[in-house]
Amino acid sequence: MASPATGWTQELTRARLHVVTGKGGTGKTTAAAALALALATGGRRVLLVEVEGRQGIAQLFDRAPLPYSEERIASAPGGGEVRALAVDPEAALLEYLDMFYNLGFAGRTLRKMGAIEFATTLAPGLRDVLLTGKVKECVRRTGPSGRHEYDAVVLDAPPTGRVVQFLDVTKAMADLAKVGPIKGQSDGVVKLLHSGDTAVHLVTLLEEMPVRETLDAVAELDGADLRPGAVLVNRVRPPRLPARSVVAAAGGRVDASRVRSGLESAGLDLDVETIDGLVEETVEHAIRVRMEQGAKEKLAESDLPTVELPELTDGVDVAALYELAELLVERGVR
Amino acid sequence: MTGTRPPLLDVDALIDDPETRVLVCCGSGGVGKTTTAAAIAVRAAERGRRTVVLTIDPARRLAQSLGLRELDNSPREVKTEGFEPKGELHAMMLDMRRTFDDMVLAHAGRDRAEQILANPFYQTISTSFSGTQEYMAMEKLGQLVADGGWDLIVVDTPPSRSALDFLDAPQRLSTVLDGRLIRMLSAPARAGGRGIRKIVGAGFGLFTKAVSTIVGGQLLQDASTFVQAFDSMFGGFRQRAQKTYELLRSPGTGFLVIAAAEPDALREASYFVERLSAENMPLIGLVANRTHPVLASLSATKAHAAADGLERAGDAPLAAAVLRLHADRVAVADREKRLIARFTRAHPGVALVGVPALPTDVHDLDGLHEIGRRLAGE
Repeated sequence: MASPATGWTQELTRARLHVVTGKGGTGKTTAAAALALALATGGRRVLLVEVEGRQGIAQLFDRAPLPYSEERIASAPGGGEVRALAVDPEAALLEYLDMFYNLGFAGRTLRKMGAIEFATTLAPGLRDVLLTGKVKECVRRTGPSGRHEYDAVVLDAPPTGRVVQFLDVTKAMADLAKVGPIKGQSDGVVKLLHSGDTAVHLVTLLEEMPVRETLDAVAELDGADLRPGAVLVNRVRPPRLPARSVVAAAGGRVDASRVRSGLESAGLDLDVETIDGLVEETVEHAIRVRMEQGAKEKLAESDLPTVELPELTDGVDVAALYELAELLVERGVR
Repeated sequence: MTGTRPPLLDVDALIDDPETRVLVCCGSGGVGKTTTAAAIAVRAAERGRRTVVLTIDPARRLAQSLGLRELDNSPREVKTEGFEPKGELHAMMLDMRRTFDDMVLAHAGRDRAEQILANPFYQTISTSFSGTQEYMAMEKLGQLVADGGWDLIVVDTPPSRSALDFLDAPQRLSTVLDGRLIRMLSAPARAGGRGIRKIVGAGFGLFTKAVSTIVGGQLLQDASTFVQAFDSMFGGFRQRAQKTYELLRSPGTGFLVIAAAEPDALREASYFVERLSAENMPLIGLVANRTHPVLASLSATKAHAAADGLERAGDAPLAAAVLRLHADRVAVADREKRLIARFTRAHPGVALVGVPALPTDVHDLDGLHEIGRRLAGE
């Protein structure tokens, strides 16, 4: 079985903005958080950003909802740290307007009235420009020493269906004013997103629909001149059957008497019903393994570096995030 | 460690009941809403009801299995060889742009309607505003109910991060279109919003200026023309949205919340259940989708121990593999049970049915029929 190239490439190591997308339900936020921890390993400082207003990072790290500021959320092995930021488009717009107009008290009132929602409805691209604008500001910000404040920024981006629209600031700007401050800012965003400093990673499961969406997104990213990074295959389960038995078992051919005698030699004397149940489970497992192999082959078409993350049967908690981060580091993430 | 057992959600009793007229399937994205809606519709048709299923954004192969090749915005009977239900199955896919256009045409005179349809701002609102799809799904549901020809209407809801969007989005769209703000911003000189202006003071002028700098004068101009043309219809629009909302509360309508046995999906399901009860909307129950029940009664510990023994002896690799994959499955099933039990502790009265996952993706009527059987606990 041809396996896609694995591991993190040199090119990815140079990226400073890691955009993480994926179909809903693939574990995009989990992967983004684990990636942030992995990148912070060894003493680096990483910012993990979310933009969809659902406080996924806070839930994942079991924290109270994040305010609109950069908060330390975890320390990484070797003295690194991860900070987190939930960007609120309304706050970003006001912050942004404040740079050019002194809105003061009026800004807050307008916000209460829904003026911001209104402005972003008027020009849907505006919301995305503001969000990516804030992300760019974090990526480019430098400290007093002139060094970048963050060694890397990880963005938990909108799902695959919307991500290109989200990142394609040039297109969004077509709706907006051709002059003025926001134009100047967006030019900088465009430059960052289309440069080697940015990589767009795709989280997927080994299932038909997520894989198809991943491939569609890769084509769309290429079309928009954005750079696909790695494919993060999430929740990979170990294949248990010997490779040679998979095809037969998936077709329903499991030698029940061989299973029975094997179990007996292990000291398990099970009734017919239990053996039948085990055989049925085996058939289902084999069908799944076959589908996963098919999904892997399809993914290989994307010709992108691939990193697998295992299924965690006990669910994802903070400890599990560290476990996933460690695996990412082992697979070359830095 | 057994907690309270939730009442069992009896899908057959539900769809056989002539009083059940509308079933709304909701839940967060990726939990199998569309497939569940289609499977329920298939089963209802098989059991003799004249059923229509309104899908929002079905996967291509699922759509094909229902005979839907394109968005055509009106129900078509599903006719395939070998599918001979006692009742009838019709299916449709929502075309949100056309539904919106039809609404405009129905409410405005021809000239005015054309003016609206050609407005760039309308084109933005009708295709990319985040609440439009939800609003139009409600509108289409209202139309199907008004048709009166259906025993049962099964509705899928738009794929959104949060299940609550379905309830909130229409409201949001009305607010935006109807708002005083749009008037003030588009024609501040003659707006009736003096009261607000007084509060906001000079800041408002600045804000208008800022917005116009950002979005451009042309867009504000389009918006202004749009609102003026829209004004006369607006009463009609809002009333209509309100009526559909009322419909969701009427007897004969019920909500099925779909969730995968995953923490995020169940958390969303919890929010939704609470919200429905706060709004007095009829919740039927929770479908815990794609579960992995254990099919053989053997503990994971025993299975691992026996597999260890076999592997040490280098013996019977097939049996060892069977034991390992069984132990994996026990772990998954335990986790799913734990998560569902947690939901039930928070919502003990909510009826529930678990639907064991099919090993393959579903994209034909046979698959939908099989899911229907599993929904009914067969």
